[in-house]
Amino acid sequence: MTVQELPGAAAYRPTPPPAWKPITDPAPLLPDPEPYRVLGTDAVADADPELLLRLHAELVRGRRYNAQATALTKQGRLAVYPSSTGQEACEIAAALVLEERDWLFPSYRDTLAAVARGLDPVEALTLLRGDRHTGYDPREHRIAPLCTPLATQLPHAVGLAHAARLKGDDVVALAMVGDGGTSEGDFHEALNFAAVWKAPVVFFVQNNGFAISVPLAKQTAAPSLAHKAVGYGMPGRLVDGNDAAAVHQVLSEAVARARRGEGPTLVEAVTYRMEAHTNADDATRYRVDSEVEAWKAHDPVRLLERELTERGLLDDAGIEQAKEAAERMAAALRERMNADPELTPMDLFTHVYAEQTSQLREQAAALRAELDAEQDHDEHGPEAGR
Amino acid sequence: MTTAAVTADGRPVKAKPATMAQALGRALRDSMAEDPTVHVLGEDVGTLGGVFRITDGLAKEFGDDRCTDTPLAEAGILGAAVGMAMYGLRPVVEMQFDAFAYPAFEQLMSHVAKMRNRTGGAMPLPITVRVPYGGGIGGVEHHSDSSEAYYMATPGLHVVTPATVDDAYGLLRESIASDDPVVFLEPKRLYWSKADWSPEAPAAVEPIGRAVVRRPGRSATLITYGPSLPVCMEAAEAALAEGWDLEVVDLRSLVPFDDETVAASVRRTGRAVVVHESPGFGGPGGEIAARITERCFHHLEAPVLRVAGFDIPYPPPMLERHHLPGVDRVLDAVARLQWEADS
Repeated sequence: MTVQELPGAAAYRPTPPPAWKPITDPAPLLPDPEPYRVLGTDAVADADPELLLRLHAELVRGRRYNAQATALTKQGRLAVYPSSTGQEACEIAAALVLEERDWLFPSYRDTLAAVARGLDPVEALTLLRGDRHTGYDPREHRIAPLCTPLATQLPHAVGLAHAARLKGDDVVALAMVGDGGTSEGDFHEALNFAAVWKAPVVFFVQNNGFAISVPLAKQTAAPSLAHKAVGYGMPGRLVDGNDAAAVHQVLSEAVARARRGEGPTLVEAVTYRMEAHTNADDATRYRVDSEVEAWKAHDPVRLLERELTERGLLDDAGIEQAKEAAERMAAALRERMNADPELTPMDLFTHVYAEQTSQLREQAAALRAELDAEQDHDEHGPEAGR
Repeated sequence: MTTAAVTADGRPVKAKPATMAQALGRALRDSMAEDPTVHVLGEDVGTLGGVFRITDGLAKEFGDDRCTDTPLAEAGILGAAVGMAMYGLRPVVEMQFDAFAYPAFEQLMSHVAKMRNRTGGAMPLPITVRVPYGGGIGGVEHHSDSSEAYYMATPGLHVVTPATVDDAYGLLRESIASDDPVVFLEPKRLYWSKADWSPEAPAAVEPIGRAVVRRPGRSATLITYGPSLPVCMEAAEAALAEGWDLEVVDLRSLVPFDDETVAASVRRTGRAVVVHESPGFGGPGGEIAARITERCFHHLEAPVLRVAGFDIPYPPPMLERHHLPGVDRVLDAVARLQWEADS
């Protein structure tokens, strides 16, 4: 099937009245009127207890990971850390719904999703430590480099998923973006391309209420971010982003839909950024404590823990066990991050091009000479080499 | 480079007049035939064959999946190409015009140029971005920009621009085969320039990164590329009447820049003029003049001069002849190379 034979691409060709085309029916694409929930609702009866326990263990670990990374920033071991505290249900679910062959396209706030997918936390945090830009081989883990320019990774996810489909590979790409990112042009272009190409992509928006300091009301006039899907001809789903079971279910359905060749889905998870944008930000300048407190009552870890304990699936010992496992992860991460990374200045010139240009060779030689002089000075004092 | 062309079984091939546009199209076709991972995508590149018809026939021969009409969104096109390259394809993107490539700048600057570097070499992006550029075709506003300075100021990109039919084919083939991203600037006013050329046995050309002396001379060096090469060749012929024997160097790629060939020529002649359409201020000529001065100072008989477009937004078509560097302006610059010191 070629691109132009796809039903989505062929469907819309304007015709004059009386046989008007298009005839619109946005209803099948519209999101639920309220964010979809599983925990504390009848839907939880269908949830797999094993999955819920797995989600719980990962959430506890994720919460601890966020705390540890924040602490490492305060100790100067990370240059900056954009925390996903409060958003762990989204981060974990995004990782768990994917098969090994699938691809994850994280933003800079999504190191936890990468870790939950199995990436070494030190490799995930390398960008934020600052000794190199990407701490891992994206192809080995099928995790795209953490993306800082907002929404620019979304077209990449579309292109990759499109390429995989052209090759006949069963691969889905899940791309993560925040509420602020939905205002970017690349968000629009990616969704449009994905819908036209019926690319197997899931666009996962974590609406955490703020783009640094700017609240959602200043970002969009749409009834919900999920509504934006209708304009592209793909379904929009609205989900409680702090309900790990619900996020997992909605993302799983979107991934399955993509895998069946039915095209992309836009999922909006309503959540809340409990910490400031990063350690360098001061959230008290733009939001009140009472709002943060209200969200604490809807904390993703507590929601799941309450459900599991009420159903007798988890007891205090189980909670303690999850916490201990998380503590071991944190201790190992702390220890490894406390070691100074080995810096390799000459690598600055190694990967600009496949082959160094003559100009880069000259500049590399100049830096080499500077480094040698520095070393000479350190070893033999200021008179060395004179 | 003008060895007699022969077919695969050794029979001589008769070269016939061909346009640069035809050679570019043939380069795309041959690349796609040779390598199934090569995909062409852009606006109107499929059914129509592109507004300049460079991709004519590709969709028919290789199917819409290999030569794809995309939605009209340049960042989306290039961003999708990034993802395709991440998955092992070799996308060739067509930007419809120079100024229409600007929406894709963020993808180009932040991702295409940097991906190899930011992944420690793990994920190079073999993407070719073809951009018709420059003026001289009577285009209305936004259709005639010389955007090369933006690209050459971005580490991680190769910036290649052919000026001959042979180079159009050879450099585009090499760009597509390159594992580095290439911004391939096509001088649109040379699309219909002709030379004897054989699609069955195209002439081998120097690799990307090598400048070529198009006309040897002793008096001074004209350094140029793309759309200004014919201007410089004509100026060199005209200069004979004034007693100047000008050498003409065709850069062929701004990145990598061939310091060696340029410096060797200027050391021989002792004088240099850089010629391009791009505005002079912040343009390639400033960088080139600085590099020559750094390397050839004691060989120079005069300051390195620039003949460039004015520092103005590209003019309306009825005025563009006043903006574009022409033969007279090149000769005026040559005349200012302090010849009186010789006599």
